[in-house]
Amino acid sequence: MSAEPTGADTASKPAEARRVEARQHGEAQRAAKRRPFPWVKAAPWLYTIALFAIWEGSVRLFTVPQYVLPAPTVILGAIIDYWPTIWTNSVQTLYTTVVGFLMAVAGGLALGLLVGWSRFIYAGLYPLMIGFNAIPKVAVVPILVIWFGIGDVPAILTAFLIAFFPIVVNVATGLATIEPEMEDVLRALGAKKLDVMLKVGIPRSMPYFFGSLKIAITLAFVGSVISETIAANAGLGHMMLAAQSQFNVPLVFAGLIMLAVEGIAMYALMAWIEKRTTGWAHRSGMAQGN
Amino acid sequence: MDKTRLRRLTGNGQQGTGDVSNHLVTIDDVDMRYGGPAGTLAVSGLSLHVDKGEFTAVVGPSGCGKSTLMKLVTGLHIPQQGVITVAGRQVTEPVSIVGMAFQNPTLLPWRTTLDNILLPLEIVQRHRRRLRANRAEYVERAEHLLETVGLKGFGDKYPWELSGGMQQRANLCRALIHEPDLLMLDEPFGALDAFTREELWCVIRDLHHETDVTIQLVTHDLREAVFLADRIFVMSARPGRIIETHAVPFERPRDLEVMYTPEFTDLVHELRGLIAAARTEQLEAAQ
Repeated sequence: MSAEPTGADTASKPAEARRVEARQHGEAQRAAKRRPFPWVKAAPWLYTIALFAIWEGSVRLFTVPQYVLPAPTVILGAIIDYWPTIWTNSVQTLYTTVVGFLMAVAGGLALGLLVGWSRFIYAGLYPLMIGFNAIPKVAVVPILVIWFGIGDVPAILTAFLIAFFPIVVNVATGLATIEPEMEDVLRALGAKKLDVMLKVGIPRSMPYFFGSLKIAITLAFVGSVISETIAANAGLGHMMLAAQSQFNVPLVFAGLIMLAVEGIAMYALMAWIEKRTTGWAHRSGMAQGN
Repeated sequence: MDKTRLRRLTGNGQQGTGDVSNHLVTIDDVDMRYGGPAGTLAVSGLSLHVDKGEFTAVVGPSGCGKSTLMKLVTGLHIPQQGVITVAGRQVTEPVSIVGMAFQNPTLLPWRTTLDNILLPLEIVQRHRRRLRANRAEYVERAEHLLETVGLKGFGDKYPWELSGGMQQRANLCRALIHEPDLLMLDEPFGALDAFTREELWCVIRDLHHETDVTIQLVTHDLREAVFLADRIFVMSARPGRIIETHAVPFERPRDLEVMYTPEFTDLVHELRGLIAAARTEQLEAAQ
């Protein structure tokens, strides 16, 4: 018992720590202090709190007018005041985003496999896809409105169009980077193209695919909000546009905060799915030959 | 694994009898050109034969078409000219009686070592049909192979939990799981440290000793070739052909100590001279 209790000892043997504390008050206190605070785990929260604190402090210190930049507390007030509106529109945006995103996942995965399958398809489609991706999606929304009218469909399709590309590229990359030796080993055994794809190509491209989901979901939000801002009767984009026309700046910012919250939540979900499905790629470092 | 051992029956006269019926691989005056009619001629006028159960090595200056030779024998490439016969049949498509191992172990990181070893069985036609029903039997075979190469108990580890030498051992198991008649090794020990390499030489030596598998080893390590092989083919510079065939006289099974005998050193030295000459020829031709 003469040994100094370390932080770990205190954690694993609370009874012993208490006895030590009773006998040697000062030393035990120092021991408790030495228990390492999980700085890294707390970092996201600390930084977020710091950001809002600085924001609040600056707005108050420089008496920034509310119509330029409302303080976080004012935005929080707006969120509470307008909660029913905000909630409905948040759900609407989440709905169009997720539907568009799921379409992008299905379409992107299918096209990515197709492009990665054959050099002919790859060579033919790649310039087209680059060109298509270069078109600002804002420019496409009016066309979608002409075709489908104002409502959910243009928002869903814009989300789909913008989220589609990174998924295709990533899946195709995963397929294109199969080691030639691996392919030789299998082909020498009589493997057909389909065998190589099923046994090696598709599992191999999964980390790329799940990695691209994080990018795709964030882009899907961009797409749906753009569309809602241009032509919609509902959704956070529409709500913010309406609030802006009424100079209700706190409500505009409340919309931004809700978008950020939804974005973080969906991103976290994608990161979790990625980790669950392709843990091998994160532990090995072998598959990350990109 | 208890088939008749042709090699044993012939004592240590493993020098290629010239008896055609005993040939597992025959390459007859083969030309292989990459990239169309105006492309690079990788091998030209290549001829050799390998007997059943024999251990041969192919050495030569770099870029001489050693790997092309491997791809020709396995049917991954079909030559423009000449005939390749494996197990009595002309090669016109990949031959599934071959197992291959490269310098890069290429184990799939999402499969355990055991599942990696079982992968060829999911491909080779005669096995894939019975794999599901007879899985236990195949797993037992894989476990046995793991034990042979000194990886007993590592079957449920993932490849990235194994060292480079262990991955290469698992790679050998994968090349052997479908009981190939011919094992083609393309510089499989090139990336390993000297001691691990020697260990694996012994593993290969024992595998060859215990089964009747025919092994062809492509290497640029001359000591490796002399230690392991019954016969050594020396290739010329590109376009590659066989310029000399060397029988290795040492009695089997060989001990690592054989490498420190004067006869061994002389043979390595002689081979080195041949390859150096081929290289010089290539350099002169380039100038």
